[in-house]
Amino acid sequence: MKIDTVEAAGRTPDQEQPHAALGLRGDEYQRIRDILDRRPTSAELAMYSVMWSEHCSYKSSKVHLRPFGDLPSSERLMVGIGENAGVVDIGDGYAVTFKAESHNHPSYVEPYQGAATGVGGIVRDILTMGARPLAVMDPLRFGPPEAADTARVLPGVVAGVGGYGNCLGLPNIGGELVFDGCYAGNPLVNVLCVGVMRHEDIKLARAPGPGNAVIIFGSRTGPDGIGGASILASETFEDQKPTKRPSVQVGDPFTEKLLIECCLEIFAADLVVGIQDFGAAGLSCATTELASAGTGGMHVVLDEVPLRDQTMTCEEILMSESQERMCAIVEPDKVDGFLAICAKWEVRAAVIGTVNDSGRLTVEWRGEQIVDVPPRTVAHDGPVYERPLSRPDDQDALQADTPDRLSRPSSADELRDTLLGLIAHPNLADKTWVTEQYDSYVRGNTVLSQPEDAGVLRIDEQTHRGIALSTDGNGRYGRLDPYVGAQLAVAEAYRNVAVTGATPIAITDCLNFGSPEEPGVMWQFAESIRGIADACRELGLPVTGGNVSFYNQTGDVAIHPTPVIGVLGVLDDVRLRLRQGLGRAAGEQIALLGTTRAEFGGSQWAGIMHGHLGGLPPTADLAAEARLAGVLAQAAARQWLTAAHDVSDGGLAATLTESVLRYGVGAQISLPGDRFVALFSESAGRALVAGTAYGLAALEVACTEARVPVTRIGTVGGDELAIDGVTPIPLADLRTAWTDALPRLFGAVTPP
Amino acid sequence: MTASAQDVAGDLADVRIGVVTFPGSLDDGDAARAVRLAGGSPVALWHGTHDLEAVDAVILPGGFSYGDYLRAGAIASFSPIMREIIDAARRGLPVLGICNGFQVLCEAGLLPGALTRNAHLHFRNRDQCLRIEARTAWTGDFEPGAEIVVPVKNGEGRYVAGAEVLAAVEAEGRVLARYVGANPNGSSRDIAGVTDSTGRIVGLMPHPEHAVEALTGPSTDGLGFFTSILASILGARAVSTG
Repeated sequence: MKIDTVEAAGRTPDQEQPHAALGLRGDEYQRIRDILDRRPTSAELAMYSVMWSEHCSYKSSKVHLRPFGDLPSSERLMVGIGENAGVVDIGDGYAVTFKAESHNHPSYVEPYQGAATGVGGIVRDILTMGARPLAVMDPLRFGPPEAADTARVLPGVVAGVGGYGNCLGLPNIGGELVFDGCYAGNPLVNVLCVGVMRHEDIKLARAPGPGNAVIIFGSRTGPDGIGGASILASETFEDQKPTKRPSVQVGDPFTEKLLIECCLEIFAADLVVGIQDFGAAGLSCATTELASAGTGGMHVVLDEVPLRDQTMTCEEILMSESQERMCAIVEPDKVDGFLAICAKWEVRAAVIGTVNDSGRLTVEWRGEQIVDVPPRTVAHDGPVYERPLSRPDDQDALQADTPDRLSRPSSADELRDTLLGLIAHPNLADKTWVTEQYDSYVRGNTVLSQPEDAGVLRIDEQTHRGIALSTDGNGRYGRLDPYVGAQLAVAEAYRNVAVTGATPIAITDCLNFGSPEEPGVMWQFAESIRGIADACRELGLPVTGGNVSFYNQTGDVAIHPTPVIGVLGVLDDVRLRLRQGLGRAAGEQIALLGTTRAEFGGSQWAGIMHGHLGGLPPTADLAAEARLAGVLAQAAARQWLTAAHDVSDGGLAATLTESVLRYGVGAQISLPGDRFVALFSESAGRALVAGTAYGLAALEVACTEARVPVTRIGTVGGDELAIDGVTPIPLADLRTAWTDALPRLFGAVTPP
Repeated sequence: MTASAQDVAGDLADVRIGVVTFPGSLDDGDAARAVRLAGGSPVALWHGTHDLEAVDAVILPGGFSYGDYLRAGAIASFSPIMREIIDAARRGLPVLGICNGFQVLCEAGLLPGALTRNAHLHFRNRDQCLRIEARTAWTGDFEPGAEIVVPVKNGEGRYVAGAEVLAAVEAEGRVLARYVGANPNGSSRDIAGVTDSTGRIVGLMPHPEHAVEALTGPSTDGLGFFTSILASILGARAVSTG
C-alpha cells in the first residue's frame, strides 16, 4: 500500500485531496496549506479535518463563549474552562470535578451504544482530571411520548445509560426526562459525571519534559467512528478492503471499569506528569492537545499502537474513536512501574512515542514520516467564525401569542381533572420506569437520588461533608426567550440544589442547539450564553466548563434552544439534607416560599392541555433565587424543616403531588387568590416547605429578615390530596394517574 | 464502654472477613463497609492470588466480574482465589455470595441452581421486602420469618433450578430468603437466596450491604447478615477454646 509521506507531499503539491468530503471548506484547506507551507499529507489532512470540525474546535461557538471567561474570579474555582473538566474546592482539602456532555446524534442512530458511549466518554473526562468518578446523571429529551420513533429510541437510550453506568459501579443520582415534538428525530442524550480528588491530586492534559514517554493504554484501536478516514482510504488509495465502516462506537464498560481502577492506582503512585483521554478525534486530539499544552513537541511511532484490525490505514488509526483508551505522559524511570500496574489490571499498554522540544508533532508509520505539524495549529488554531445571527422573524408573533386566550378550568371538578391530566403526562409523571433501570446504591454514599430534587452524595464518611447536584433546562422557555430561558435553567438547577439545604457553588453547561449556519439559531445561542453568564454573575457562580452541541435538528427544523445547566452545591453535613416528601414528622404544617404570579407562557399546562407554546416565559428574578437559597440553607442547618421541594414544571400542582406521594401521606391545602393560578402557574423562585409549628415559626422570622415571601398553605395528614375549591383526590387515584404513564407507553415492568 | 463491652468489641474486631475483588467487582467497598459497621475487620482479597490471608469467612461481592462475559459469574468461578475458596468452603469456611457473588457460587457448584436474565429483561433496582427463612451462619441474628427491606438490583437475578432440585431445596429448608410482595425478576418460587446444607455457604440476590446505614439505605436491616457471621464465628471460637 502506498503511504502518503511528508516528503511525497512536498514533491506533489498539486495532488488533489478530498478536503470537502472531510468537511473542510476551501479556505480552511488553504489555511492548512499555508500553515505547513505545502499540501498536507493525507494523515495530516485527517487530523486537521477532525480537529477543526465543529465538534472539536468550537469554531462557531468560541466567540460567543467569551462572556463565561469574563465572569469574576471565584475562590472556589481551581481549574476552569479549557481542561477536560472544571474543578472546584468543596472544603477540607477535597476538590470536585463535574461536567456534562452530549451524545445526541449517535444515540439517535444507535440508541443503546450511543447512550452507553456517552456515559463512557464523560466518565473518562472526569477520570482524566485525576478524580475518582463518583456518580452520573442523565438529562434526556425525546420526541412526543406516543410517537413510534420515541418507542424505538427511549428504551435503548435508557438501557444504554444503565448498562454502561451500572457496569462501571457508578450510581445514577438524577437526571431529566422531557418529551417535546421538537426532539422527534433528534433526541438529546446528555450525561453528567462528577468525581472527587484531593487538592494535590489534580492532573492536567499536558506533555511536559523532553524524553518522557507517551503511553497509550486501555482498549486496542479499531476501525470505529472513522467515517471520514474511510473517504481518504477509498479515494486516496486503491486498496481492496471494505471502505464502509461503522461510524457508531461500541462501548465496553468492563474495560472502562478496569481503566478507572488502573488509572487511580497509577495516580496514587504518582507515575504520570500528564494525561488525556481519547474522545472525539482519538489520537489526533490527544497527541496534539498534550503536545501543545506541554513542552511543545512529540514524536509518535504509529506502528506501536495496539490494533484490533491490522488492515487499518495510518489515517484511520489517527482518527479512530475507539472507546476506553487513555494517553499518559510518563517519566522514563517510571515507565516500568506504570506498565506493572497496567498488567495487574490486565489493561493493555504500549509506549508509542516521546516528548521533545522540537515544537513539532511528528508521526512515523512503517518507517516513513507521515505527519510533521506544529501541534498547536491542529489543537487550538482552528478557524473561528463570527456567524451571522438575527432574531428569528417569528419571535415577535410567538411572544404575542400569549396563553391568556386559552380556556381555564374553574369548577372544583375541572380543577381536579386538570391536575390529574397534568401529572399523568409523561413530562410530569413518575419516572420510576426509567430510574429503576439504574443502580443508585453502589458505592454506598448516595444520600439522595431520583425522584428527589437533587442528587446528594456523601464525600467523607467521618466529617459527613457532601455535595448536591442537579441538572435542568427548559427548551420551551428558551424558545420563547432564549435569554430568560437560559437564566431560568440556571435558576432551576440552583434552586433544586438549594432545596436540599446545600449551598450552590458552581455550574457546568451542556448547550444543545440547532444549526449554527442558521442566523436565528446563532441568535438563540448568543442570547442563551448571555443569559447564563448574567445569571452566574448575579448568583456569584463560576462556569467551570461545558459542552456545545450544534446541528440538533430534523431536516430544516431546529430543536428548541436547550441549554442544560448542572449546578453543584456543598453540604457541610449531609445528614441535615432536606427531602421532598411529606409525612416524616407528626403535626407537619406546609408553607409556600416565593411569589406566585399568573405566568403560563411555555408552561406545562399550556403545552399539555392546549398544545400551546407562546407568550413570555416566567420572570427570572435571580436575586430572589439567591435569597430563597439562603433561607433554605439556614433552615436546613438549623433543622427547622421536615421537607422542602422545588416548584417548577407543572407548578404547585406537580410539587404537591410528588410531595404527598413520596411517603403516601396526604395534605389539606388552602390556597390564596385564584386557585388555577396558584396551582398551575410556573413562577420561578418558589419552594414548598414543611415543618413543625416551631420550625415554621422560626423559618418565618428568617424569611422576613431575608425578604422571602412566605405563605402558610396547609397541613399534612390523611389519605387524600384535599385542596380547597378542588374536588379531593384519594392518594390511590393520584398514584395511579402518576405512576401508570410511562409503563403504559414503554411496557409494563411487572414480571409475568 | 464497660470492660466486657470492650472485650466484645475487641473480639469482634479480631474477626477477619475477606472481601474478594474480581476485575469488575463493584460492591466490594460496600461489603467491606458493612463488615466494619458490624464491628468486624474487612480484609481485601485479590482474585489473582491463592492467598486467603487467614480470614474467618469470605464475601463475594456484587458487580460484573469479568464483564459478565460468557455468563454472569462463570469466569470468576475459575479464578485463582476461587480455587482456594472452594476448597476452604468444602472444609467449612463460611461464604456469602451477594448478587454477582451468588452467581459465582452457583457457577462454582457450591450452590444449586442458576441465575438467569430477569423475566422482564430489564435491569431493575428497587427496595425489596424479603422474608428470611433459613437459619444459617449468616442469618442467625434474624428472627425466623423476619421480614426485612433491602435493595435488589440486577439484570440477571431470576433464580431457576430443575424441579427435583427445587423440591429438595424446599424440603431441606435451604431457601435462605424469599421475595415478599412483587417478585422483582421472575425467580422460581420467589426465591431470593439459598443456602448449602451446612448453613455456611449462602447466596443472596438482593444487597444487604446497601442497607446498613439509615443515611444511605432504605433501612439498616441488612446489617443482620454481617453481625450474624461475626457472632457465629465468635461462637465457634468459644466452643473450640472452651
